[in-house]
Amino acid sequence: MQFMLLFSRQGKLRLQKWYVPLSDKERKKISRDLVQTILARKPKMCSFLEWRDLKIVYKRYASLYFCCAVEDQDNELITLEIIHRYVELLDKYFGSVCELDIIFNFEKAYFILDEFLLGGEAQETSKKNVLKAIEQADLLQEVYEMV
Amino acid sequence: MALKIVKGSIDRMFDKNLQDLVRGIRNHKEDEAKYISTCIDEIKQELKQDNIAVKANAVCKLTYLQMLGYDVSWAAFNIVEVMSSSKFTYKRIGYLAASQCFHESTDVIMLTTNQIRKDLSSPNQYDTGVALTGLSCFVTPDLARDLANDIMTLMSHTKPYIRKKAVLIMYKVFLKYPESLRPAFPRLKEKLEDPDPGVQSAAVNVICELARRNPKNYLSLAPLFFKLMTSSTNNWVLIKIIKLFGALTPLEPRLGKKLIEPLTNLIHSVLSLFIVKYLGLLAMSKILKTHPKSVQSHKDLILQCLDDKDESIRLRALDLLYGMVSKKNLMEIVKKLMLHVDKAEGTTYRDELLTKIIDICSQRAYNCLWYISILVELTRLEGTRHGHLIASQMLDVAIRVKAIRAFAVAQMATLLDNAHLLTGNTQRNGICEVLYAAAWICGEFSEHLEEPMATLEAMLRPKVATLPGHIQAVYVQNAAKLFATVLRGQEGAPADSTVAQETSQLLIDRLPLFVQSSNLEVQERASCILQLVKYIQKLQQKDVEVAEEVTALFAGELNPVAPKAQKKVPVPEGLDLDVWINEPPSGSESEDEGRKSKGKAVFAKDESRHTKPRYTEVDEKELAKRREVRKAEQANNPFYIKASPSSQKVRRHSVSKPNPSPSFSLRLWMPMSDQYVKLEEERRERNKADKKKKKDKKKREKGEKGRRRRGDSGPESEEDITPAHMVDIVTEEMPENALPSDDDDKDPNDPHKALNIDLDNCPLMDYQVVVSVIFENKCDSFIKSMEFNVLDSLNSKLQRPDGAGPHDGLIVPFQLPPGISNEARFIFSVQNIVMPQKLKGTLTFIVKTDDSSTHEKLDFKLHFTCTSYLITTPCYSDAYSKLLESGDLKGCSLKLEGVNQPFHHLLARICFHHHFSVVERIDSCASMYSRSIQGHHMCLLVKTADQTVSIDAKCDEPGLLGNVLDEIKLTFSQC
Repeated sequence: MQFMLLFSRQGKLRLQKWYVPLSDKERKKISRDLVQTILARKPKMCSFLEWRDLKIVYKRYASLYFCCAVEDQDNELITLEIIHRYVELLDKYFGSVCELDIIFNFEKAYFILDEFLLGGEAQETSKKNVLKAIEQADLLQEVYEMV
Repeated sequence: MALKIVKGSIDRMFDKNLQDLVRGIRNHKEDEAKYISTCIDEIKQELKQDNIAVKANAVCKLTYLQMLGYDVSWAAFNIVEVMSSSKFTYKRIGYLAASQCFHESTDVIMLTTNQIRKDLSSPNQYDTGVALTGLSCFVTPDLARDLANDIMTLMSHTKPYIRKKAVLIMYKVFLKYPESLRPAFPRLKEKLEDPDPGVQSAAVNVICELARRNPKNYLSLAPLFFKLMTSSTNNWVLIKIIKLFGALTPLEPRLGKKLIEPLTNLIHSVLSLFIVKYLGLLAMSKILKTHPKSVQSHKDLILQCLDDKDESIRLRALDLLYGMVSKKNLMEIVKKLMLHVDKAEGTTYRDELLTKIIDICSQRAYNCLWYISILVELTRLEGTRHGHLIASQMLDVAIRVKAIRAFAVAQMATLLDNAHLLTGNTQRNGICEVLYAAAWICGEFSEHLEEPMATLEAMLRPKVATLPGHIQAVYVQNAAKLFATVLRGQEGAPADSTVAQETSQLLIDRLPLFVQSSNLEVQERASCILQLVKYIQKLQQKDVEVAEEVTALFAGELNPVAPKAQKKVPVPEGLDLDVWINEPPSGSESEDEGRKSKGKAVFAKDESRHTKPRYTEVDEKELAKRREVRKAEQANNPFYIKASPSSQKVRRHSVSKPNPSPSFSLRLWMPMSDQYVKLEEERRERNKADKKKKKDKKKREKGEKGRRRRGDSGPESEEDITPAHMVDIVTEEMPENALPSDDDDKDPNDPHKALNIDLDNCPLMDYQVVVSVIFENKCDSFIKSMEFNVLDSLNSKLQRPDGAGPHDGLIVPFQLPPGISNEARFIFSVQNIVMPQKLKGTLTFIVKTDDSSTHEKLDFKLHFTCTSYLITTPCYSDAYSKLLESGDLKGCSLKLEGVNQPFHHLLARICFHHHFSVVERIDSCASMYSRSIQGHHMCLLVKTADQTVSIDAKCDEPGLLGNVLDEIKLTFSQC
């Protein structure tokens, strides 16, 4: 996977994760272009689209769009499954997640993503294991804050 | 402790935390930018404080702002500070910020190496975890090289949590530092059978990614993956493995057969009805490659998909159609596509459709008449960007296929005559490019024109002046060619000479319009031709026949030149393009300097020299500054006219014509291609009938055989179609002795190319090199407690006693009184001996003087030359010649000039410094032999004559040989 973007229906970026080295300028341009393209698509259209030399896989959950860019040879279904699994993880962690949870706890959303994907590849497919790792890391953090 | 908590909470009270920032931004929707800039000022203040909690909070807020698109690169150093915090809470925030904000050009990344190494070896698995996660986002080639070894160690960590992260990040490391692949691969392969499913799937992921790029190196893993595929229940892993087999099967056909059963089982168990259309089309395009016939039958279905609402589906269907086109169905498919062009929504899709049509036709069209008519039809497209594409195709076909030139010229003449339809609307200017082709074709092949006079008239209409400059230029030039043709026609006829003179007059009347053009090219060509015509008219008035001579101006045919032709011209022997033709004047700077100092010495008071302006001194900065000044001047100068496109636009508007009715253009062009489809069908029928006749004849002659043949003559096969006419295709010109090479198109920058490493030839065991180090105490104090340590590379490692960590030093087993030296030996294990290596190391020791003792450190570098991997091994001459005859060795040679030492000294030097032994020596010629620790044979043939030594060398490892020869060269250059 090359990158993942989360953005709202208004086109506001909520989370971005880049697995390829790009300059800030390029990143901004890509996310602007993509957000526009995807927001212009109708609800019943296909979740996959070819964009430049990449394949874009996106899915809308309530007011949030989850969008991943994968390479030409990658599998679209597994990418869709990754998106869904990530949403499930967020949901489990925050308890019926909504956009505001991600806005106000955006670092947590990143931590969960980092436990789930690494360098653009799925590192842990078990939901239980991801959440366990996050819980323990949070616990560690709280212990430090207590001291 | 209580105080600390109070202090911490007081700090927090004054600072905004992330939630406050987000809330603030949401409350300041009107003046967001202003609000954020005050926030950034606050953050800058917070970063200046010593309290790490405050800093971490500030960095966290910056990460959020970075996502909103604000530049936070100025805080890179603060991010590193937070990363280095010992508390996990802050470390986590620091690494997150780094992974979001750092990229390869962030220079503080260099500072992080040691911190990351420390975190990687932290006893806390979550510290290690955040370091690995962060590293995966900002790993650079330097970091990859320095940390590869540490990460490799982590692949065997006791915690699966760390193992899986380490395995995944190795892929990023391979991409940045390909040398690490070979030593890391055995361990990676091991992880395919890790007991933890997470680690296993990580290993599958990495190997699949590697194998997809260079499948042939991973064929040997097929049995292992086959086992995994049949045993694994993890769908994520299964999808990856199946993808991998997709890459391997073309290389090993037997795999296909074996895979059928497990695959069908999988398909039955995994039933998903999700986004079927898209995937169905995708799958069809895969099947198409192997079983084209089964897809052909669904052609109508695929054509229907072109009407789908969704652009993704339409594009997929288009792709599929593109692959399905054959000679037989070409016309039908293109006809359908042409219908779609009319109703297609959205310019991007329509442009795509257009390029696909042209693509399809340019590769497969065998009926060029039909193709030209399709191209002409495409010019109807409004607002397309691909005018130049159509134009280049028109030119291409007309130039290459002689037989259709007459037809093409007729079509182009119609186009020129109706040019106003193409240019009327400024929105459609993309398409007016085709006029470029039309004008050129009509001019170049004007002998085919039926009414050259009419075309000439059309080309010189005043409206032409509204076309873009480059097209006008072609118009003018080709009007001249046409003029020549017209003249010839008129002079040949018995009509009176006034007709010819009238033609000249037409040009003289119309050309001045072009002479006034703002485009230089147009202006130049027009005035040139105008003068020429005026001269011709003068001659005509004297009743001189000029047609022949005017035609001679444009004689000769133009052939297309292959785009690669220039590259393929071989460099003639003896021509060295890098050598100076004239020796460049010696560096102006130094000469200037020299002259100045000389001047000073001779004429002590020569001031004039110094006042002379020195142009050579203007540096980049100065130039940039001057440029800025000049720009500012131009901007302020109302008389300076910039080359802005706006002036052209204005002109175009002023002469814009009313929109032509589309129905008219339809009537004009539409039936053209249909007509040819019909003709083609008729022709095919005729062909069929002819063949049948022939076959019947045959049948009568050879009874049984004929009958069998007729049985399968039902469906028309590919071979049954013969080209419409024997076309004389002009091939592209190439230089005569072009060098055959097909790899011009490969991208040398692809990072995956470097990972194409043959992994099966991995050395199975490490080889040992003993390094003996002589320590000499040159000071007056006593030295003790020496500790020798080397930073291991992936390839070479210092052997440490069992139980010692990978970064521990070795204690030197002696002490050194002043002036004494002693030798210690250290053993290194080495994997790859092909390349020389340098290892960095440090020696720490205690210097003891009478009253005190100090701890000192000495950095050093260990240079492992390739020579050091050679062992002097005697070899007998018969074994030696057998070795050379075997043909397994690859050769290389070296010439050393100006060596004035006796031959036997020279041989002794090679023997001593490079561990060779002499096999045989005859006069000034000797054969030598050595062997590497990995058993590579190395043979040298050394000859000497007139102070020149030539060495012909052979070895079964060319890389090693090259490096050893370089080292030999170095030895002799130093003496």
